[in-house]
Amino acid sequence: MSSTYQLNHLRELESESIFVLREVAAQFENPALLFSGGKDSILMVHLAVKAFHPAKIPFTLLHVDTGHNFQEALDYRDALVERIGAKLVIGSVQEAIDTGMVREEKGYNATRNYLQTAVLLKALEDGKYDAALGGGRRDEEKARAKERFFSHRDEFGQWDPKNQRPELWNLFNGRKHFGEHFRIFPISNWTELDVWQYLALENVPLPSLYFAHEREVLHRDGMLLATEGGLIPVRSDEKVEKLMVRCRTIGDITTTGVWESTASTLEDIIAEVSMARQTERGGRADDKRSETAMEDRKKAGYF
Amino acid sequence: MTNHTELLRFTTAGSVDDGKSTLIGRLLYDSKSIFEDQYEAISATSAKRGEEGVNLALLTDGLKAEREQGITIDVAYRYFATPKRKFIIADTPGHIQYTRNMVTGASTANVALILVDARQGVVEQTRRHAFIASLLQIPHLIVCINKMDLVGFDEAAYTAIKEDFQGFSHRLDVQDIDFIPMSALLGDNVVERSTNMDWYGGSTLLYTLENVHIGSDNNFIDCRFPVQTVIRPYSDAYHDYRGYAGRVAGGVFKKGDKVTVLPSGFTSTIAKIDTYDGELEEAYPPMSVTLLLEDDIDISRGDMIVRENNQPDNGQDLEVMLCWFNERPLQPNGKYAIMHTTKEARCMIKEVRYRLDINTLHRDEEQKEIKMNDIGRVLLRTTAPLLTDPYRKNRITGSIILVDEQTNETVAAGMVI
Repeated sequence: MSSTYQLNHLRELESESIFVLREVAAQFENPALLFSGGKDSILMVHLAVKAFHPAKIPFTLLHVDTGHNFQEALDYRDALVERIGAKLVIGSVQEAIDTGMVREEKGYNATRNYLQTAVLLKALEDGKYDAALGGGRRDEEKARAKERFFSHRDEFGQWDPKNQRPELWNLFNGRKHFGEHFRIFPISNWTELDVWQYLALENVPLPSLYFAHEREVLHRDGMLLATEGGLIPVRSDEKVEKLMVRCRTIGDITTTGVWESTASTLEDIIAEVSMARQTERGGRADDKRSETAMEDRKKAGYF
Repeated sequence: MTNHTELLRFTTAGSVDDGKSTLIGRLLYDSKSIFEDQYEAISATSAKRGEEGVNLALLTDGLKAEREQGITIDVAYRYFATPKRKFIIADTPGHIQYTRNMVTGASTANVALILVDARQGVVEQTRRHAFIASLLQIPHLIVCINKMDLVGFDEAAYTAIKEDFQGFSHRLDVQDIDFIPMSALLGDNVVERSTNMDWYGGSTLLYTLENVHIGSDNNFIDCRFPVQTVIRPYSDAYHDYRGYAGRVAGGVFKKGDKVTVLPSGFTSTIAKIDTYDGELEEAYPPMSVTLLLEDDIDISRGDMIVRENNQPDNGQDLEVMLCWFNERPLQPNGKYAIMHTTKEARCMIKEVRYRLDINTLHRDEEQKEIKMNDIGRVLLRTTAPLLTDPYRKNRITGSIILVDEQTNETVAAGMVI
C-alpha cells in the first residue's frame, strides 16, 4: 500500500508550493507575484496557474524593471501575461532615476541592482499589495537558507532575520499590522536541479536565453558578462569576444553572468546542472560585493 | 538522476562542539553537493582564520552574527540529493535557548539525527533532543556517535553510549532507532565506510538515510481534507464549477466516496477529484487537489471533508502539549488566536496542568509558569469547535499554533493529546 501511495520528490515539492500559493490567496487581500522573467518566477506562475485552475490566478504580476533587460525576457513576459490573462504592473527603475527618487551608481561595475529595492518598496506601497510572492530558493545563498515561506516585513519593508516567526508543520501565520507586508517564497525548498527537472517534466516554455546561443561577452572577475546594449563599459585591457553561452539565471544585464555552454535542450541543461561545479549565483556580480551582500540587501527590503 | 526519487526531510540536533556543522559539511562534501565557488569561499575563510586545512563546518554558516559569534541562531535549510533520494536538512542549533528552533525543524521531519560526542557520552542535551524528537513524533531516530577518532575507534565506548541511550529512550515514544559510530571530521561511516571500525557491521549514515522506510510516515487510513479555498472561475466555460481546494491531510479519497462535511454535517459524494493535469481516481497525502461534490452544499475555508464513519474530534476543549516560543511567558487565562489546519479561532488558556522538565521528564505541578522554551500540558477553550485528531495519529490535524493578538507573533506550538 505504502509504495503505491508515494509521490516522487518533484510532485511533493509541487504539492507543497501549491498549498502555499493557496494559503496566500486565502490569507491576503491583495497579493502580487514578483515576476522577473527568470526561470524561478516562470515556475511560480506555472504553479499558480495549476493551483487555481480552472480559475485565473488571483495575483497581479509585478515586474521591477531596471531598464537593462534582455529583449527576449521582455517578449517572453508579455506573451505569458497574454496567455494566462493576468494583470501586469511595472515598477520602473529608469523612472525612479529620472524623478530623482534614486541615484544611479557610477564606475565600471555600476549596476541598478541596489536601486531595485526602493522601486520595489514604492511599487508595493502604490499598489497597496499586502503580500509579494518571490521566487527565492533556500539553496541559492547562505542568507536565503534561513528564510521562511511566510516572511514578515515591517512598515519599512525590512527583514529582521533574528526575530523571524517560527514556522511549523503547514501552519502559516500571515497576520500583520497595517502598513506591514509579507514576502512569500512558495518554492523555498526547490533546488536549481529540481526547477529544471520539473520545467522539463511539465514542458514549460522558456526564454531562449536559457539555451546555448552566440553572444558577445567579456571576462571580468572570473565571470562572463554580456556586452549587449553597451551597458557595461569595456576597459581598454578587456577583450570582447563571441562565444556560445547561456544564462543560468536571468536578471539585469549588468549583473547576470553568462556561462559557456552548448546545452540546447532542457535535457542538456539538466545534464549540465547535475555536473555543474559552480553555484548558479556564482555568476551574479551582485552577490560578490561582500560576504554578506545578500543578507544586507534582504534586510533592507530586497527580493 | 531520475524523476523518481523520494523526498526525505531530516533534522539535526546536537550540543555545542559535538561536530554537527562538520557532519553536515561532510555529508554535503562527500555526496558531491558542494560547488567549487562555495569550497573556494570556505577555503579562503579557513585560511584567513588561520585554521589548519579546510573547515567544512563553515559551509553551514549563514547570518553575519552567526559567523561573528561562531554559533547557529536560526533554523537553516540545506539540500542535497543522491540518485535515490532528495534530502532537506533542517539544521537546528542545540542550545537550550533554541528549543523552539529544534521543535520547528522537527515538525516536518521524517528522521532526526542526534549527535553524541563519543568522549562525552549521553549528556543532558542528548536527552532533551531525543525527547523533543519523540514529542514531535519523528518516526525515525539516528544516533550519530561522533568523534570516534578521539576515543581510538573503540567499540566499548560505542557500546556504552548505545546502552546508556537505550536506558532512557525506552521511556520515550520512538519506534525506530539506529546507532552509527562515526568521525565526521575524517569521514568515517558518513558517506564512506570506515576502515577503522571493522567491529561495526551496520550501515553508513548516508546509506541509512537513503534506505529508511518512509512510505508509512503519512496517515493513509483516516480521511481528512481541510478546505483551503473555494475555486469559482466565474467564466462561461466553467459556469457552475465549484471546487474545494486543499491538501489531503490523511486517508485516501476516491471518486464516488460518500463524504461528510464538517462542521455542518451535510453528506454528499465526491463527483470529481480535479487537477490542472486532469481528473484523478484517488488522492492521498500530501497531494494538493480540488474536490467537487455531487450536491450543492455551503462549504468554506476551515471546513473539513471526511468519511461519514470516521470523523475527527469536534469540540471546544482541547488538551495540548504546548512548547512556548516567546519572551513574554504564557499568561494564565490569557487569550490568543489559534490556528489549526486552515481554520482560525480564538482561545483562552483554561488551565496549565503541569510544566515538564525536559531533562528529567519530571512533571512539575507546583511551579507551572511556562516561559520561553518551556513545555507544558495545557487545557484550552476555543471560541469555535476545532476538528482535531490526536497528534500521534495525524501530525497535520493534531497540531496547532498560538498567535499573540497584539504583536501577531507565533508564541507557541501545540500537539493535541
